[in-house]
Order: sequence, then C-alpha cells, then structure tokens
Amino acid sequence: MKLRALALAAAISAVGLTSATVSTSAVAQAKEQFFPVLVYRTGAYAANGNPWANGYVDYLKLVNAKGGINGVKLSFEECETAYATDRGVECYERLKGKGATVFQPLSTGVTFALTEKAPVDKIPLITAGYGRSESQDGSVFTWNFPLLGTYWVGADVAIQYIAKQAGGLDKLKGKKIALVYHDSPFGKEPIPALQERAKMHGFELQLLPVAHPGVEQKATWLQIRQSKPDNVLLWGWGVMNSTALKEAQATGYPREKMTGIWWAGAEPDVKDVGAGAKGYNALALQHSAEPNAKVVKDMLDMVHAKGQGTGPKEEVGSVLYMRGMLSAMLSVEGVRKAQERYGKGKVMTGEQTRWGLENLNLDQKTLDGMGFAGVMRPVQTSCLDHMGASWVRIQTWDGAKWVPANDWYQADEKLLRGMVMNASRKYAEEKKITPRTPEQCKL
Amino acid sequence: MGFFIETLIGGLMAGMLYSLVALGFVLIFKSSGVFNFAQGAMVLFAALAMARFSEWANAALGGDSLLLANVIAFFGAGLAMLFVAWAVERFVLRKLVNQEGATLLMATLGITYILEGVGQTLFGSEIYNIDVGMPKEPVMMFESMFEGGILINKEDFIAALIAAILVGLLTLFFQKTPVGRALRAVADDHQAAQSIGIPLNRIWVIVWLVAGIVALVAGIIWGSKLGVQFSLTTVALRALPVVILGGLTSVPGAIVGGLIIGVGEKLSEVYIGPMVGGGIEIWFAYVLALVFLLFRPQGLFGEKIINRV
Repeated sequence: MKLRALALAAAISAVGLTSATVSTSAVAQAKEQFFPVLVYRTGAYAANGNPWANGYVDYLKLVNAKGGINGVKLSFEECETAYATDRGVECYERLKGKGATVFQPLSTGVTFALTEKAPVDKIPLITAGYGRSESQDGSVFTWNFPLLGTYWVGADVAIQYIAKQAGGLDKLKGKKIALVYHDSPFGKEPIPALQERAKMHGFELQLLPVAHPGVEQKATWLQIRQSKPDNVLLWGWGVMNSTALKEAQATGYPREKMTGIWWAGAEPDVKDVGAGAKGYNALALQHSAEPNAKVVKDMLDMVHAKGQGTGPKEEVGSVLYMRGMLSAMLSVEGVRKAQERYGKGKVMTGEQTRWGLENLNLDQKTLDGMGFAGVMRPVQTSCLDHMGASWVRIQTWDGAKWVPANDWYQADEKLLRGMVMNASRKYAEEKKITPRTPEQCKL
Repeated sequence: MGFFIETLIGGLMAGMLYSLVALGFVLIFKSSGVFNFAQGAMVLFAALAMARFSEWANAALGGDSLLLANVIAFFGAGLAMLFVAWAVERFVLRKLVNQEGATLLMATLGITYILEGVGQTLFGSEIYNIDVGMPKEPVMMFESMFEGGILINKEDFIAALIAAILVGLLTLFFQKTPVGRALRAVADDHQAAQSIGIPLNRIWVIVWLVAGIVALVAGIIWGSKLGVQFSLTTVALRALPVVILGGLTSVPGAIVGGLIIGVGEKLSEVYIGPMVGGGIEIWFAYVLALVFLLFRPQGLFGEKIINRV
C-alpha cells in the first residue's frame, strides 16, 4: 500500500514537472525560432535516419553556438516517425501548432501526405533530394521546396553517367538498364524520367520492384542474372541497399555496373558489405563524405568538443550526417533571407520563411564563408523554381570509403522542365489550383 | 530449364531458413500453448548481442582471433537469451497461468516491444556485422548441361545445412528426451502436467531458452547475410505463413511449410511477378498459406482440435 502511494506521488510529480517543462518551452517559443525535426531513430531505417537527424540537430546547435540567426536563437523538438507515413502526419499535426518554421519530413510518402496540408497551415516543406519531382514548379506547389535536386534530376544524371561510360548517349541504343527500386512512392518517382530517356535513346528499361524493407531480393537478382542488363540502377533506402549489393555479389553481377541514387550512397549502405561492394557507384547530392570541410571542423570544435554533439564524433562528416547538416543549413538560410525583408533579429513565421526560401541566393562566396567550400555549389531559387540547383557528382566505393569523382553533372533542364510543367499543371487541374503568375510572385 | 532449377534451389534454401525461424514459433506453442509474437524480436535481440559481444571481445583480444571472439560472443549471447527466458517466465508467464490464448498472445506483443527497445538501447541501432566466415561468392554447377550453369550460393547452402541439422536435433529432443516429453505434456494441459509433478516454471524457462538459442542461430545466419539491423524482426513475418501452412504444433510441418513457402514465393516472383508489376513475393506467401488453410484449417501437419461439449 505504501509502495503504491509512493508510486502515485511520483507519477503526479512527474506529470507536474512535464507540464512545467511544456510551459517553459511555450514561453521560450516566443523568443526563439522553432524547428520541428521529423526523425526516424527507430525501425527498419534507423541506421540511415540517425546520422541525418544528428547532422540536422547538430547544425542547429552550431548556429546557436555562433549566436543564432542575427541574434535569434534556435529551438527544436524531435518527433519519431519510424519512416511511416501515418506517424509522419501525426508528428506534423503535433508540432505545427508550436510555431513551426519549416518541415523536412525525410520521406517521400510523408511529403505526398503533407503537400495538401502545408498550404492550409502556411508552413513550407523542404524536401532536399526527395519528394515530388513536379514540386519544383513553385507556381503550383507554392509551399514545397525540393531544394538541390529531385528524383527526376537523379534519374537524368544517372543515365548521363551510364552514357558517358558507354561512350555517348547514342551508344545507349539497344542496351538494357534495370531499375531495382523500393516499391513505394520514393522508388517509383524516377520511372517517368527514365521512361522518357529510354524513349529518346532507344534503350530497354526493366522495372524490378522490391517490397519494403527490402531484405528479400533473391528472386529479383535471379531475374537480373537471367536478363543480363548492361547496367543496374539501385533506387533503395536503408537495408535494401546493402542487401542488393550482397545479392549482386552472390549472383556475380559486377558492382561497377551498378549506380545508386544518392540515398543508396552512404556509409550504412556499404559498410558491412565492405570489399564486396568495391566499384559500386552512387550519385552524390553535390556532397559526399566531407571530413575535411571547414564546417565539419567548426562542428567538432564548437559543438562536439563541448560535449553537446548529438551522436558519436566519428560520424561527423559522413555522407548522411552531411546531408542532415546541409538540410538544416537550407532551413536556417531561408529564415536568414526572410529576416532581410521582414526584420533582422525577429522570429519569422512560416509564411515569411517561405518568401526567404523562394528568394534564396547562396553564391559560392557565401557558401565558402559558412564553411561549405568544396562541399556544394551555389543555390538560387525563385518563385517559379523551388529547386535552385541540379548539380550532381558521382562517388565510388573503394572497399573502405567513398571516393568522389571530380566531374560535375547537371540534369538536362530543357527535358525535365517540360515534364515538370506537364505534371504540375495536371496536379493544378485536379486540385483546382490557379498557378501563380510572375507578377503575383513579386508581392 | 536451368533458370527454373536455379530458382527452385534458391527457393528451397530460403525456405530452409524460414523453417528455422518458424521452429521458434512451433517450439513455444508446442510446449506452452503460447503463440509467441516476439520470436522476430528475439532474433534481433540475439543477433545484436552476438554482433556486439563479438566486436567487443575482438577488440579486447587485440583483433588477433576472430574465431575466439565469436565463440565468446556465442556463449555471451546464449547467456543473454537465458536471462530473457528467465525474465519472461518470472515477470510475464507466471502471472498468466491458465489464461486465454489471446491474453498470452497480447503479452508476447508487449515482450516484442520491450525486446526491440531494450536491444537497441543496449547494443545500438546501427548496422552491425557478424563475420563467421561464411563464403559470399557463388559457385557454378552443371555448366555443360545448362547454358550459363546453375548458380549455387554457398552461403545459403551452408545456412540451409545448419538449419537442417538444428531441426533434426530439435526433433530428437522433443521425441526422445524426458524434458521433451515434459514440454509436450505442459502444452497439452498446464494443470494436469503440474498435478503429475512437472515443474511448470522450470519447463517454461527451458522452452524459452531453447527458442532463444534457435533465435540466436537464426540471428547469426540472417545477420551474416543481411547485416544485423532492425529489419531482422521482419524475418519473423516471413515465418508466419510457414507456421500457418505447416501447423503450429509440428516440427516437420515447420520444415515442409518453409520449403513450400520458400519455393512458392520465389517462383511466383519470377514467373507471375512480371505479369502484375512485380514485388509480389511477400503477400503471395500469405495467399499460398490461405489457400492451404481452405482445405486443411489445422495446417498440413497440425493436430485437429476436437472440443467435446
């Protein structure tokens, strides 16, 4: 009985303490720029979700360590989605009311679900390197920002890279390229761009879906062994990537003929395959692993050395950690840009941040000053172009680490622009959206 | 023809591995009447323990002897599974003697979440490697008979062999040893077993330990193939249609069910998949199991339950 009373008292105190904490953070919200952070630290994709989340959160801490955005300190709260669309939407609903500046769902499925919610709540969605490809068109998708590149960009560059290896785009005629993809909105996204290229250059596209989470691929790779494609494109995430590489090894498919999307080109994808993945190529969303970047050194000195690092020190500078950092940087720079118009040193609303994001102009000098020299190229968005850049590099796994090549590729903007406009106009018709005109953009 | 044989062999070997996981379900159901939903989480927990103990032991030994580190890790992980078995009996099953099957099933759902959470908290949620020296390169056979030969994955072959040996040992254990008979008696009726002096608590610890060791072996094999990470829990979902098909109370059923499911899903993916857009093997296994259930609701080898009223 005494024990029960004690437990009850403890529970009541805990509830009281929690309420106190919540109200403290509510007070803090008024003076701080609040960043909701949708993460997946548990579940089938945790090994890839963790470094991204650590990079994202650490960058917010680094900005605070440098004095915030023109003096405005940043606060954040994580919400666990486990890469599930329903949980992602739940997180969005829970955090939007806390003064959310911008959401980055890190999931194409969640992005599809939130695309119709964001305009109602007036909160921008940044989907750097994922999401809906047609959302590049800011006249229709006014709240989506697929910054740095979409899956159509990835598909286009992957074909350009394969063509270069073959000796030119005209050499693709009669070849067979297999797409091994995660059977989800993420995995299906590049198909239209690949089909367009297949039509243009006369190669055959073989589609091989892999069910979530991708641990069973034997039948897929037996089909590859039978059909003998000239190249394999790997559009996977999480354990699907390492499983694909192991199956390629087990069926004797040459790894150097495989090219992965940038979500299939990080350390967790190849680490436990080791030498078995040697020669495997993956696209790099501009950056690769960047242990020597100045921003990484700043992170180690100003955050990790003070014991404030979120994850292990060793992962700082790894591919997905860098992706998380870059994603956070884009959010922060959107707010900084917005402050130029709406008042330096003030907390920005979602709507004001959107203006900042569609007027981003991160030139090389600015990027170098922030410590991103050699990591990424300039990004310039506009009201009509919410992507801002389409630069991609290729990196190769040498058995122990990713080695980025020096060549930079850019998506064929002429080809993709047409596809983007067609798809976005179709979406606008379905949803009865009147696209913004350039004049409306100036407001 | 060569490709068909290759797919068939691939399916049989995958099926043998499903049998190994299915065996964990069967063992616990046979001896305690509990449908253990936590079997997948046990595979993950055991594999995580094995991978991390091996890593730590290897570092402590100066990286000189991976074999010794693996042996130490195997016993360490075995002890961890003994602790899990004891904790499950002490804190869950002991309180639920003679409860409805549905209650016990829900309890194992709770155990699933605890094992997944505690496992990742203790051992981490990254991808870990279990290196037990499994060969990764394929071999080609019958090249003169079939164009391109028949590809055999050595790793799968060895894994299937280990699974077959373990299945044989467990069958002997259940049929020929006094402890095995006691386990079966407890499964038939808790109270009747107690009345003739079978110590229920100890029996439950033994059966959960045996299931834990099976999970450890499955975890080592699957972990060596896929890397040790959270998705190992989904391996248990692959074994569900196997136990539906084979029957929950039959060790041979788990084997035959595993082989049928393994072959069925690979052949369906390769030959039916392209007609319907592919990616069908996971749900096709369940469809296959359901079709069998239409004709034999107790599964292929399950016992027909007759209730007298």
